[in-house]
Amino acid sequence: MNRIQLSQGGGGLESQALISQLFYRYFNNPILAQAEDAALMTLSGSLAFTTDSYTVSPLFFNGGDIGKLAVVGTLNDLAMRSARPGCLSAGFIIEEGLPYADLERIVGSMAQALQQANAQLVCGDTKVVPKGAVDKVFINTSGVGQVQCQPAPGMNQIQAGDALLISGDIGRHGAVIMAAREGLDLTTELQTDCALLWPQVDALIQAGIHLHALRDATRGGVAAVLNEWAQATGLGLWIEEAYLPISEPVQGLCELLGFEAYDLANEGRMLIALPKSQVEQALSILQQLTDSQQAAYIGEVRAAQPSRVVMQTAWGTQRILDWPKGELLPRIC
Amino acid sequence: MSLVLKDLFDGFRDPATLQALAHQIEQAAARLSKPLRIMEVCGGHTHTIMRYALPQRLPKNIEFIHGPGCPVCIMPKERIDQAIALAQPANHILVTLGDMLRVPGSTQSLAKARSQGADVRAVYSPLEALSLAQQHPDKQVIFFAIGFETTTPMTAALLAQTEALGVRNLFFHINHVLVPPAVSALLAEQPCHIDALIAPSHVSVITGAKIYQPLLARYGLPMVVSGFEPVDVMQSILQLVEQTLAGEARLAVQYSRAVDWEGNLKAQALIARFFEPRAMFRWRGLGDIALSALQLKAPWQTYDAEIQFASLLSNQPIDDHKLCICGDILRGRAKPQDCKVFAKGCDPERPLGSCMVSSEGACHAYYRYAKVTQIEVEVR
Ligand code: SF4
Repeated sequence: MNRIQLSQGGGGLESQALISQLFYRYFNNPILAQAEDAALMTLSGSLAFTTDSYTVSPLFFNGGDIGKLAVVGTLNDLAMRSARPGCLSAGFIIEEGLPYADLERIVGSMAQALQQANAQLVCGDTKVVPKGAVDKVFINTSGVGQVQCQPAPGMNQIQAGDALLISGDIGRHGAVIMAAREGLDLTTELQTDCALLWPQVDALIQAGIHLHALRDATRGGVAAVLNEWAQATGLGLWIEEAYLPISEPVQGLCELLGFEAYDLANEGRMLIALPKSQVEQALSILQQLTDSQQAAYIGEVRAAQPSRVVMQTAWGTQRILDWPKGELLPRIC
Repeated sequence: MSLVLKDLFDGFRDPATLQALAHQIEQAAARLSKPLRIMEVCGGHTHTIMRYALPQRLPKNIEFIHGPGCPVCIMPKERIDQAIALAQPANHILVTLGDMLRVPGSTQSLAKARSQGADVRAVYSPLEALSLAQQHPDKQVIFFAIGFETTTPMTAALLAQTEALGVRNLFFHINHVLVPPAVSALLAEQPCHIDALIAPSHVSVITGAKIYQPLLARYGLPMVVSGFEPVDVMQSILQLVEQTLAGEARLAVQYSRAVDWEGNLKAQALIARFFEPRAMFRWRGLGDIALSALQLKAPWQTYDAEIQFASLLSNQPIDDHKLCICGDILRGRAKPQDCKVFAKGCDPERPLGSCMVSSEGACHAYYRYAKVTQIEVEVR
């Protein structure tokens, strides 16, 4: 089997070959093709800039892989500030011995995600490190995009009286990764939710929805985002537990391993704070798009119970929804 | 593995059923002459009660006392120190279940020991310990076995396989504890604040409901073996109120979908082959309780880590922080928020006492679901 070797990250001939045969072939665009030390771009207006590193294990999972994640994750961070997908950088840290076919598959899904998003990868870097120095491959991506809303959505605009929406069913990405690590076979039932959020954000902006705040619920899940918002705003977030969309396989896995779906990571779900008067309009827009058909109203922002997330159960009792804690470990009895 | 688990809980969280039960309990409880203090023995029930905020839908004269039923919470610090000591030698691998990792011993937790280089593995199934021993014939693999009657059969099955395969490098540190002696110790204390018991169903799936018969005979209080879904717990509460009103003390089985009188006889035989009661076991928060835990029988001592590695292990008791009132909480004399350090010096990240350790401990459940005060019910 063809495997990545240390020499392919050494900056010499072998590196050049890897770059031109793999990266240039998949990411081909005029800016990247300049092949200089830095990409030149002409940008104007208000810009959003973000970075994230991707270390997911396993590399390949139901419905996605680390490559798709590395593009989608960073573009989603841009979208949360109403920034249209623009330019991306990518840094690869590859463990010696990674099968070439795996790397090609990862690069291929990055290219596909970029194309879907209408974004460009304009610069990159590759390092190969000795076996054991990283686990297979880590990818860092940074992204720049043009901000479409003024002011850009942000926590500081959340107000008492705002409604809270979720763009789809929760916990799927976390559940898929967990199931893969536990060797549970869920092949047909459960796919990651990893998807671009920009089409949803764009549609909402076009319709004139006032997006007070957006946040993709990645690590720490919905519980972490809600708690962050509650703490930053000093307001109470009141959530109706029964309204949170959770698919059956995710609920099943949570029962099995002792987790709560709202603590699990998502890679294509966002929380939206917006004026209550626009809830129906926003939901009808989202529900027409493939990745947000299950978008739902989940609760509202109030002055009561400052800095807390209050979960209202289906039978009218209330409790606190706390930050997810520590390593996710299952209960044992 | 199939993930059609819906059957297990579907319907047992139904809001309409819960509302109806709440209403029935309210009507029945109005006729009680004094408050009914119910101990839910198992941490799983504590978790359900707090997660679904059941007390908010129950009349004020139904009180809960959160019992000692969480095998992680009741593990005394010296035994966690023993686990850490067993993980230290370079040729040792310590294997345990995930929840155990975060539990602090006297100076550190297993997770911390792991980050400092000790080989500690968290597994979901005890059988993984056997494959580890087979993969690493040059290492001594020690399985730190924890749990109530529910998990003992798995450890017994692991022992049976270890013996059958002639694996010689797998050892057992046994911390299996028994529900009835601990409950009995609490009920025997005077004054006793416990009027009725909710007993865990999963224990009785193995042991049968019969293990509670001696408690009933000795203390004569209403008991229900209950499932873990909110509807199960509410049904059990209703049964306990009704028994009390009728002046009865019976052992009822609410969770009849999997529990019978005798339990799983095969599993019981397997346990009896390897285990016998330990003269004394120290429960974190409750102290020494005679015959409340298991140990390996004499013929299996070659597998017993406590004997084989005795030179590494200290048995010196280590007490919890002096401000900790877990013992009083377990006895129904106090609630978590009565503790001076609750949610201040003591939280799930840095637990000072046993009840804050795992998500099934009373303080942890209060912290997670109700924070400092019970939140007020607000009408929309
Ligand atoms: S809050 Fe902490 S210290 Fe206080 S009783 Fe609970 S566990 Fe013990």
